[in-house]
Amino acid sequence: MAGAPKSNQISAVAKTLDPAAMAKDLLFTAILSLVILGPIVGLKTVPATGSLALEQRWGTVLVLVGIVVVGRLIFHLIAARRPASRAKAAKPAGPGVDVGKYLAPILLIIALALPFIASLAPSQERRLVDLAILMMTYVMLGWGLNVVVGLAGLLDLGYVAFYAVGAYSYALLSTRYLPQWFGDGILPWAFFVTLPIAGMLAALWGLILGFPVLRLRGDYLAIVTLAFGEIIRIILTNWINFTGGPAGIDAIPRPWFFGHPFDDSANGFAALFGIESKPIQRIIYLYYIILALALVTNFVTMKLRRLPIGRAWEALREDEIACRSLGINTTNTKLTAFAIGAMFAGFAGSFFATRQGFISPESFNFMESATILAIVVLGGLGSQIGVVAAAIVIVGFFEVFREMNFLKEILPEGTDPVQFRMLAVGGAMVMIMRWRPRGLITRRDPTVYLKEKKAVPTELVAQGHG
Amino acid sequence: MEYFLQQLINGVTLGSIYGLIAIGYTMVYGIIGMINFAHGDVFMVGGFAAVIAIIAIGVTGNGAIAFTILALLLVVIIAMIIASAYNWTIERVAYRPLRGSFRLAPLISAIGMSIVLQEFVRVAQGGRPKPLQPIVEGGVVLMRRAVSEGEFVVQLSYMQMLIVITTLVLMVIFTALITRTSLGRAQRSCEQDMKMAALLGIDVDRTISITFVMGAALAAVAGLMFFLYYGVTDFFVGFNAGVKAFTAAVLGGIGSLPGAMLGGIILGLIEVFWSAYFSVEYKDVAAFAMLAVVLIFLPQGILGKPEVEKV
Repeated sequence: MAGAPKSNQISAVAKTLDPAAMAKDLLFTAILSLVILGPIVGLKTVPATGSLALEQRWGTVLVLVGIVVVGRLIFHLIAARRPASRAKAAKPAGPGVDVGKYLAPILLIIALALPFIASLAPSQERRLVDLAILMMTYVMLGWGLNVVVGLAGLLDLGYVAFYAVGAYSYALLSTRYLPQWFGDGILPWAFFVTLPIAGMLAALWGLILGFPVLRLRGDYLAIVTLAFGEIIRIILTNWINFTGGPAGIDAIPRPWFFGHPFDDSANGFAALFGIESKPIQRIIYLYYIILALALVTNFVTMKLRRLPIGRAWEALREDEIACRSLGINTTNTKLTAFAIGAMFAGFAGSFFATRQGFISPESFNFMESATILAIVVLGGLGSQIGVVAAAIVIVGFFEVFREMNFLKEILPEGTDPVQFRMLAVGGAMVMIMRWRPRGLITRRDPTVYLKEKKAVPTELVAQGHG
Repeated sequence: MEYFLQQLINGVTLGSIYGLIAIGYTMVYGIIGMINFAHGDVFMVGGFAAVIAIIAIGVTGNGAIAFTILALLLVVIIAMIIASAYNWTIERVAYRPLRGSFRLAPLISAIGMSIVLQEFVRVAQGGRPKPLQPIVEGGVVLMRRAVSEGEFVVQLSYMQMLIVITTLVLMVIFTALITRTSLGRAQRSCEQDMKMAALLGIDVDRTISITFVMGAALAAVAGLMFFLYYGVTDFFVGFNAGVKAFTAAVLGGIGSLPGAMLGGIILGLIEVFWSAYFSVEYKDVAAFAMLAVVLIFLPQGILGKPEVEKV
């Protein structure tokens, strides 16, 4: 792969605008996109009596082919305008703007004040806080996965398995085992008792899985973690006696405010503070729990980065062989990254279970793993603030897709813009890798420095991280 | 005994399909060292192209045999062309610009591409499974256990024969293509040393593109056969089939063509016997666990060469 000859030299010659060659290329593009789009988009299989029939939609095909050809034409025109010698080194990629320094405190203040901001719009309050909880959950999962993918450079495609372990740990313990062992008196504290247990169980699973497979090369590891994620999901679906099977587990207890429930009882949260009881109070409380969990994740990660273990992670990501020659125990280093990442997923899973009150295996499929990975990739592998930005973009994006009325007008009848969301996420992953492999936030601060703090220029880092 | 024989037949049939998909993984891995994660979805697209072609041409099980055979041949060619166009474009758009990028970039891009393909087909064709009346029906009864011992009929269906024979023929053609032609020589040289191959005048980009096209063509055949065998397909079949075919490729030794076929058949047998004798629910667990076990204890596979790590 490394020795692949670049086709840049050839395309540099073709970049002078040659109408004949361009027309040929456009014709080729048109034919190719017709072959690709024609049958799959143009002929929709619809159920007919006892069999299938085809519904023809050639209009849509023509529009799409037109878009592709025009896009290609624009690409050519832009390419022709650029000087042919535009090599990558021509514009030295600077360290990038230090967005984190100013943005992080602002974001933190917004995050802390969000429920109060939301209360200014009472009709939308519930929706806004719910959306914020969802975003924060993804931020936390993204930060957890960032330890594994961004810092240690291990591609984990089964991250959602640990999320599931955390969620099922809380659900099973709080609905079945804790009341059985300690009586119902434990319930007000169930969430806080179970949270560390869930994290530890997830970390334990991380160790169990990681131990045998972490010797593997990066891409093999990715597929094995993917397989592991699927195995967990299949077991959750089929082990009906224990997990409830496809029906899942419901009536999972909500968290209490240090022994005070969120209702209008005499012992309730509202009565404690002498205010009127409202359902939104519980939602806001949930929001602060996930915010605290996410901040803990971030804090621990940032501290770990400065410890020898964190530096070993990043060294491992850059060059495994060099690490081994320097006497770093690569297996243990990978294993800690894996287990710590898994632990954060376990915490997030517990939170998910208590927020939803109901979980089933379907919440933990591969698309969930892929979404979390997309957040990390989009934000920039290894960048903490990037994960926040990407989580806001992706989760917010899903919400915006739902609201886009003008899209509904241009799209043909019966098409719902929401169904394009995963398509957009997948496309974004490809495009980010192609044009901006360091993600939305490109700046990385070095973990350790001598006397003077300097950002790491892109060229000096092997894998596009920093 | 009869039950065992029947499962053996089913396992080899399923394994042939896995083997055909696995060849696409193994060839691409051999030449550019990346896992084409979207390959399973190219298989799915090939299956959909075949379904659409079958309905458009109007192939049914009721017509004359000669007509059915000719029509299926046409269907398979159409599916091959469409799947090849997909895989060619994927390589061009999502993988080629990433050569020389950081280690995980092509794999992440491939995962993105896999999601794009799945979602594209789901949006364009709908999320529901697509069932169709069987086209190739009937079979040969090989063995029959008497009613007194609990009746059981061992049947080799025409569809199973078709799958195994087609796979064998394709294997022979492809092995000849790789070992005897200049194209195969170019591929093998790129596999060994891409830079040197380029210096000796081999168009590396073109060779890689052709590898993707070949893999996609085989996946399309597998897609058609999978659909004819099970009578139903949906946008998500590529995911499971892809992971299993990748397991088969690793099991047989990644980079080795006969290895992919062997791995496919072993995996098919494991899956079928597991469902027959243990539990149907956990058959995917057996296949996925197999992947982990093979990678840990036999990372070079059965027919693969041990990998030398170069610094």
